[in-house]
Amino acid sequence: MEILDSFRTDKFPHIWCSGCGHGIVMGALVRAMNKLDLDHDKTVIVSGIGCSSRATGYLNFDTLHTTHGRALAFATGIKFSEPELDVIVITGDGDCTAIGGNHLIHAARRNINITTIMFNNSIYGMTSGQYSPLTPQKAKATTAPYGNIEPNFDPCELVQGAGATYVARGTAYHIKKLTRFIKRGIEHNGFSFIDAVSQCPTNFGRKNGFKSAVEMMQWQKENTITIERAAKASEKEVKNKILVGELHHNNRPEYTANYEQVIEKAQKGGDN
Amino acid sequence: MAGTNKVGIEVKRNWCKGCGICIEFCPKDVLGWDEEGKVKVVALEDCIDCKLCELRCPEYSIFLLEKEGHNG
Repeated sequence: MEILDSFRTDKFPHIWCSGCGHGIVMGALVRAMNKLDLDHDKTVIVSGIGCSSRATGYLNFDTLHTTHGRALAFATGIKFSEPELDVIVITGDGDCTAIGGNHLIHAARRNINITTIMFNNSIYGMTSGQYSPLTPQKAKATTAPYGNIEPNFDPCELVQGAGATYVARGTAYHIKKLTRFIKRGIEHNGFSFIDAVSQCPTNFGRKNGFKSAVEMMQWQKENTITIERAAKASEKEVKNKILVGELHHNNRPEYTANYEQVIEKAQKGGDN
Repeated sequence: MAGTNKVGIEVKRNWCKGCGICIEFCPKDVLGWDEEGKVKVVALEDCIDCKLCELRCPEYSIFLLEKEGHNG
């Protein structure tokens, strides 16, 4: 029960609906942080707006609940002013890829050492179920009663293309993998992005034929494939499956370290 | 031998919202529903200490406890 030490338990039970995957993902984050023994006074957790972003209210760390889509902008400021802090961003699929889409691609491009965990329930849950850039095509939403006509982003390919240096995807069902990926994301020196597939039984599930959160997690199990298995599987087996695993990992110069070099150079009175 | 009997299970009923994730994904059917639609332990002796209920509980309302005299 040591996990409870990392929460503001006086705020429990939390606001999320019965069966919401966000509690599972927040649990994975806390367990990952505990494994790393992160100093509570040197860890800052920043969130935007939405169901996911309520998480910062429950975490017993230094937390910042910011404006819609801007979690990464605030986090960039924090990391830039105090590079020794571990900075973690909690965001949702709408917050991260629609309202905050520009902040996302530029944080990835800069390779700033921030770990972003995107609680991905494929919908704007808090405002009752409008489609987001990650709502699958043909899925129903309050704003797409006949089915969503827009193709969705693959957020992992998006951030990899923009320059992120650690990219992984887990799900609420694949809880041990998800915890491991978050841990590795925090350990990685550079921009880390974890797509944490979650479920919204209330505003996505009910409109899309799911009778319960359990059914949605069963869907996560049946409609995903690990990258290890996908590498050996036939094209037919992999088709339409969501890849779970560490999708991308490389190293290149980190943003605040680059900036530190500029400061040193300027202080030595080097050439402009 | 089905269970280890090394563990106990604590349920925080006031946090449980009755989603059933712990019950449905328990590989040994250790958990069931109570009369209020919340989780209850029905077959502790079959528990294999996999902790999947604890890890997947969205409410942090179920925990495996090691019983005294055992070190895992």
